Amino acid sequence: MFEPKIIGFCCNWCAYAGADLAGINRNQYPPNIRMIRVMCSGTIEPLYVVKAFKEGADGVFIGGCHPGDCHYQSGNYKTQRRIVLLKRAISEIGLDPRRIRLEWVSAAEGQRFARIITEFTEEIRKLGPNPLKLSGVENGI
Amino acid sequence: MNRIGVFICHCGLNIAGTVDVKKVAKLVSDYSEVVYATDYMYMCSDPGQDMIKEMVKEKKLDGVVVAACSPTMHETTFRNTIASVGLNPYRGEIANIREQCSWVHQNTKEIATEKAVKIIEAIIEKLKLDKPLVPLSVPVTKRALVIGGGIAGIQASLDIADSGYEVILVEKNQSIGGHMLQLSETFPTLDCPQCIATPKMVQVGQHPKIKLLAFSEVEEVSGYVGNFKVKIRRKASFVDWDKCTGCGFCMEKCPAKVPSEFNEFLSKRKAIYTLFPQAVPNKPVIDSNNCLYFTKGKCRVCEKNCSLKAINFEQKDSFVEENVGAIIVATGYDLMNKAEVGEYGYGKYKDVIDGLQLERLLAPAGPTEGIPYRPSDGKIPKEVVFIQCVGSRDPEHYYPYCSKICCMYTVKQAMIYKHAVPDGQAYVFYMDIRCNGKGYEEFLQRGIEEDRILYLRGRVSKIFKDGDKIRVWGADTLTGRKIEISADLVVLAMAMVPSKGAKKLAEKLRLTTDDYGFLTEAHPKLRPVESLTAGYFLAGAAQAPKDIPETVAQASGAASKVDSLFSKDELYHEPIIANVDEEVCVGCGICEVLCPYEAIEIDEQDKVAKINPALCEGCGTCCAACPSGALELEGFRRKQILSMIKVFAEV
Ligand SMILES: Cc1cc2nc3c(=O)[nH]c(=O)nc-3n(C[C@H](O)[C@H](O)[C@H](O)COP(=O)(O)OP(=O)(O)OC[C@H]3O[C@@H](n4cnc5c(N)ncnc54)[C@H](O)[C@@H]3O)c2cc1C
Ligand code: SF4
Ligand code: SF4
Ligand code: FES
Repeated sequence: MFEPKIIGFCCNWCAYAGADLAGINRNQYPPNIRMIRVMCSGTIEPLYVVKAFKEGADGVFIGGCHPGDCHYQSGNYKTQRRIVLLKRAISEIGLDPRRIRLEWVSAAEGQRFARIITEFTEEIRKLGPNPLKLSGVENGI
Repeated sequence: MNRIGVFICHCGLNIAGTVDVKKVAKLVSDYSEVVYATDYMYMCSDPGQDMIKEMVKEKKLDGVVVAACSPTMHETTFRNTIASVGLNPYRGEIANIREQCSWVHQNTKEIATEKAVKIIEAIIEKLKLDKPLVPLSVPVTKRALVIGGGIAGIQASLDIADSGYEVILVEKNQSIGGHMLQLSETFPTLDCPQCIATPKMVQVGQHPKIKLLAFSEVEEVSGYVGNFKVKIRRKASFVDWDKCTGCGFCMEKCPAKVPSEFNEFLSKRKAIYTLFPQAVPNKPVIDSNNCLYFTKGKCRVCEKNCSLKAINFEQKDSFVEENVGAIIVATGYDLMNKAEVGEYGYGKYKDVIDGLQLERLLAPAGPTEGIPYRPSDGKIPKEVVFIQCVGSRDPEHYYPYCSKICCMYTVKQAMIYKHAVPDGQAYVFYMDIRCNGKGYEEFLQRGIEEDRILYLRGRVSKIFKDGDKIRVWGADTLTGRKIEISADLVVLAMAMVPSKGAKKLAEKLRLTTDDYGFLTEAHPKLRPVESLTAGYFLAGAAQAPKDIPETVAQASGAASKVDSLFSKDELYHEPIIANVDEEVCVGCGICEVLCPYEAIEIDEQDKVAKINPALCEGCGTCCAACPSGALELEGFRRKQILSMIKVFAEV
C-alpha cells in the first residue's frame, strides 16, 4: 500500500498544543505526518510548502488557531489568504490543491486533530504519490 | 562543525514502551555533527539532568537535543540545565517524541521508532543553525495608567498607589464613580453604594500617589511593557478647575436645562453641571452643545456668578504626555441601546423603563427621592412587571451571552420597590433564575417569601397601552396558563454591553476583544486579569458582565499583577524575534504595515526596515511576507525550517 509522506506545520499556541493533547488523550492517528513547530501559522512562507513538495512530500498540513484566537491577533487570517493563492499556484504546476490542507485546531481539540490527520492521510493516500516526485522535478531546485 | 549531544528519554514506558529507544540512540549517534547520544529512564529527573551536565563538560558539547515530551513541558527545564554549565540556553532543543510520536502511534512500534529518529534528526538540523541568543533586558517605568474610574478603576488605583507606585487615572466623565454611584442599594446586603463608594472616591482624589485626570481620554499609546508613552486629551470643560472651588453658584443660575444622563433622563440638569453632589473632582463642566452662549451667542450668566473668574469660554482641549510601565483597562459597561428592542414598547411608552432608570427612581438621592413615581404622570405604580433577559441569551436577535447580574438586581429592585410601596405587587418574567453567588440564593428566597415577589417562568409576547395602564401578555410555561397583567410600570433588564467607545479604545491599545467588544483575557481560566498584550491588564465589566464583588476582586488582582511587574527593575524579553538583513531589505514597507505590534519602522534615511526588539513579539508574520527575504525569525530561520523539511521529506 502507498504510504504517503506528509509534512505538517503547526503554530505553537493552538494547533501544536492540540496535537500534544491528542497525545495526552492517546488518540491514535497514522504516523505518516511529520510535524514542524512554528510560532504562528502566519510565519509559514509559501516557499516552505513549495519546498516540501519539491523534496517529495505528498501532502502538506497547516494548523493554526481558530479565527480570532491567533496568539498574535491576526496571523491566521494572513495564512488563510496565502493558502488560497498557494493552492492555485500548485495546481498550475500540476498538483492537486487538496494536497494542501489548512485547519484551525484549538489547544482543546486533541481528538479532532487526530481525526483530521487520519482523514487527511487517507485523502492523500487516495490521491497517490506526488507526481513531481515521479517526474524527477525534485532534483531541479 | 557543531558538537551535538542527544539525550533520549524513556519516560518510563511512556516513550520506551512504543519507541525502541536503544535503537534510536544508536542510529542518531551516527548522524552528522552528533558526538554523543544516549538514552536514560527519566531525563528530567535530577540524575538525568546531572548526566546532561556531565556530558556537556566531558564531550565539550556545544548544543543539546533532548528527545522527550513536548517542549511546552520541559524546554525551560533543559535550557536551564545546559545554561548552568555555561552553554547558551538557546543551544538546547527538544525533540517531541512522546505527545507527537509514542503516545499517538502505540500500535505501530517499528514505524514509531523510525519516526522518532526522523523527528530527532530534524531537530538536530535546526540546532546546527541555532545561534546563541541573549534575552533583551528593558528598564521598567514604575508608574501605572488606569483607564476608567468606575469601582474597578478606583479599586485598582488605590491598591497600586497604596503599594507605593504612582498612578494616573483617566476618566472620561467629569467625575469618577461609574455606574455604582447610580445604584439605589446593592445586593445582596442592600447597603447604600454611595456610603461605601464615596469614601473611596475621596481617597482617590486626595491620594498623594494618584494623579486623577477626569474629563479626559486616552488619545494615543506607544511603546511596550515597562515603557509606554501615553498621550491624554484633557477635554475642554470651559471651567478653570484650578481656580474653581466647586461652590456651585454657576450651576444654580444657569438657565439652560437638559435631560440628565446621570439620572437616566428622568430629570433635568443644567448646561453647566457636575454629575452628582459627591462628585470627585467636584468641578463642573459646560456642555457646549446645550449652553446658550455656545449655541445662541448670548448668556454668560455662569461667568457673572463666578466670583473666582473660573469660567473660560475660550478653553481648548489640551494634551498631556505620561510615561508608564503598565496599563489597566477598566472602562466598564453600558446597557444595550434601548432603541434596539422594538417589541417591548421602549421609547414608545414612558412607563416602560430600564434597570438603571429604576435604580435612579429608587435611589434616596435620586430625582424622586426613592419614591418610584412613574415617569408618565407621577403616580405611584401599584403593579410592576419586571422582564428579565431583554437582549441577553437571545442569539437570534441580540446577544447570546448571559448578562449575569440581572437576575440579582431584579430581585433587589423588586424588594426595594416593595419597601417603598408596601401595598404594591411585583411580577417577574424570567427564563431561568441564576443567583449563584455567596448569599445570593438566600437573597432570592427572601424576596419571594418576605416581599411576595411573584415569579412567572416565560416570555412576554406583547405589551400595549390600555388607558393609563400597560397591558402585559405572557405565558407561564410552568403551569401552561396565559397571563395578562395590567401594569403601571414595566422594567426591562437590558443586556449589558461594553461601554461606548471601548472597542475604539481597544484598537488604539492593540487589545483584542470578543465579538461583542468585551476585552479578551490572556487565558480564560489561568490568566483572567491579564491581556494578551504584555503590560496590559483588565478589570471589571469591561472584560465581561459582572457584579461589584467580582469587579473589585478582579481589580485587586490586576493591581497586584502590576505591583509584581513593578517589583523588578528590569524586564527580560524573549530573544525569539525578527531580524532584518539590511543588505537585502529594499525598504518596501510591507512588513511595517503587517506587523500587529507596530514593531517595524522604515528608516527614512537608510530606507531599510528597523525592528524595535522590545516591541517584537516574534510572530514571524513579517518574515513570511517580506518579498526580498530580508527578515528572519531567530530560532526559526528560513534555513532551519528548510533543512527540517528536507529531513522529513527524505525516505
Ligand atoms: C440596573 C443595575 C443594577 C445593578 N445593581 C448591582 C448591585 O446591586 N450589586 C452589584 O454588585 N452590582 C450591581 N450592578 C453591577 C455594577 O453596576 C457593576 O458591577 C459595576 O458598576 C462595574 O464597575 P466597572 O468599574 O467595571 O464599570 P463602570 O461602573 O461602568 O465604570 C466604568 C468607568 O469607566 C469610564 N470610562 C468608560 N470608557 C472610558 C474611556 N474610553 N476612557 C476613560 N474612561 C472611560 C466610565 O465613564 C465609568 O466611570 C448593577 C448593574 C445594573 C445595570
Ligand atoms: S518587507 Fe522586507 S524588504 Fe520590505 S521593508 Fe520590510 S524587511 Fe524591508
Ligand atoms: S516577528 Fe511579528 S512582531 Fe516581530 S516584527 Fe515581525 S511581524 Fe512584528
Ligand atoms: S498563533 Fe496560532 S495561528 Fe497565529
